[in-house]
Amino acid sequence: MTSILVFVEHRDGTPRRASLEALGAAAATGLAPIALVTGPGAAQAAAPLSAAGAKKLVVITGGDHYSPDGTAADIAAAVGAHAAVAFVAAASSAGKDLLGRVAGLLDCAPLADCTTFTCSGGVFTVQRPILAGKALVTVQSQSKVCCATLRSNTFAVATGGGAAEVTTVATKGGKVKVTGVAAKGDAKLDVKEAAVVVSGGRGLREAAGFKIVEDLAAAFGNAAVGASRAVVDSHWRPHSEQVGQTGKTVAPQLYVAVGISGAIQHLAGMRTSKVIVAINKDAAAPIFKVADYGIVGDAFEVLPALTEAVKQAKAAN
Amino acid sequence: MKIIACVKRVPLTDALVKVSADGASIDPTGLVYSLSFYDDLAVEEALKTKEKLGGEVTVLTLGASDASKELRECLAKGADHATILLDPAWAARDARSTAKALATRILELGAELVFCGRVATDRDQSAVGTMLSSYLGWSCVTDVTKLELTATGGTAERETEAGIETLAFSLPAVITCDKGLNEPRLAGLKGIMAAKKKTIDETKPVDIESAVKVLKVELPAARKAGRIVGQGAAAVPALMDALRNEAKVL
Repeated sequence: MTSILVFVEHRDGTPRRASLEALGAAAATGLAPIALVTGPGAAQAAAPLSAAGAKKLVVITGGDHYSPDGTAADIAAAVGAHAAVAFVAAASSAGKDLLGRVAGLLDCAPLADCTTFTCSGGVFTVQRPILAGKALVTVQSQSKVCCATLRSNTFAVATGGGAAEVTTVATKGGKVKVTGVAAKGDAKLDVKEAAVVVSGGRGLREAAGFKIVEDLAAAFGNAAVGASRAVVDSHWRPHSEQVGQTGKTVAPQLYVAVGISGAIQHLAGMRTSKVIVAINKDAAAPIFKVADYGIVGDAFEVLPALTEAVKQAKAAN
Repeated sequence: MKIIACVKRVPLTDALVKVSADGASIDPTGLVYSLSFYDDLAVEEALKTKEKLGGEVTVLTLGASDASKELRECLAKGADHATILLDPAWAARDARSTAKALATRILELGAELVFCGRVATDRDQSAVGTMLSSYLGWSCVTDVTKLELTATGGTAERETEAGIETLAFSLPAVITCDKGLNEPRLAGLKGIMAAKKKTIDETKPVDIESAVKVLKVELPAARKAGRIVGQGAAAVPALMDALRNEAKVL
């Protein structure tokens, strides 16, 4: 059966959700997904990856440190060894980093951050946003190997797979090495992967104003804090939280925009969220044009009440 | 050290886009261009590196001759040379053909260090920098927010979902620049005057066929009209009710 190679990120053998989604998208093509894993605990990912649709597992061993170019070489070699017709990964930090490297090694055209991914008669067709989501382009891959990253929160995780056959391959190694990772302070969710994003803007008046945004995010539990470009440029919040054209594009189940007017660059980064709630003093703010539900009012009045209500709802569940 | 900053002109981020009559491209009418946000960071880092380690900076783009406006701004900031790989149909090129054309030119120029933006804010692929490194066989670090360079290698930091990664690499290298790495300088009057005298090289890129066929370009479906559920804190119960029973996201 024709294979499709999926790079899977994991933490001590527990696959990341975005990688399971990529695996699900690969399985949905009807091709046989081969999951490639590397790093400490990689072999322990066999069971969850089998369950999520992997037919084979390639465990890369050796190399004390993660090497992006080394991993790209390992992926390109596995694509060759298994005659895979496609390589996919989550459009995560690592996936984006690998996409061009692998595509270059295979001399194929990359397709980043795809929101649809199909294969029919051996031809891959994908849709991907351009101009930060202001337009969508549907393209056909004409490369011998279709190389793509897939947007998180977009594809379904597959279930009910059987046991994958495991092979072990020594890494080719690379010139670049990750020598350390300073973990985020408090295991904060990444804004791109959280089911709920609560974002704040200028309407919060000052950096300390984000306390009410953080409180609401904490009440949801599965939420990340986001920020508008204006507040990131003012150094109220880190760039890692910026949503929009020069920040991150997010598509959570629920996006709550607090004190954000809704500049076109911001809307581009969040308009594919499932449900959008806007809270703003200015009833004419453009954010209300994309919001499903709006409250016109002062964030400092509305948010504490909303936080209480969410806490109560969560406690009742 | 020969240093190259790869740049691209893209529509301004506040541009409203329209689809062309062919349904397979963006209508360029009325679009105003500028350097991609992150490419400004690449130019700045190239200039900073030259100031620290010596050498010269070439700004390289693939595009139409119109790009000379943006390239001249880079010369005014202190770049020594500027080259356009001329392709009037640049907007239709795929990342592979662009990367191959740039890689060919980078080798011709004998560079050891290439800076790119993290992403060009038109296609949003983040692919050309990493592809370049594969075609050149060089080190590459992406999304760099902090960089320490010596004549033979360096260390860099990049931000991931897990936290801040520190990486070590050897030269030659491709570095893609993220927000936070530096604050791009403005051109001074002296630089602007000097840049007027510099020539911008125009040369034909190597011809490579596209490996991506565009079937369709469309605007995303407009979101269904929403509603204001109320004013102030008093509207919270109505919002909770809508989220729970209508949107079913609680």
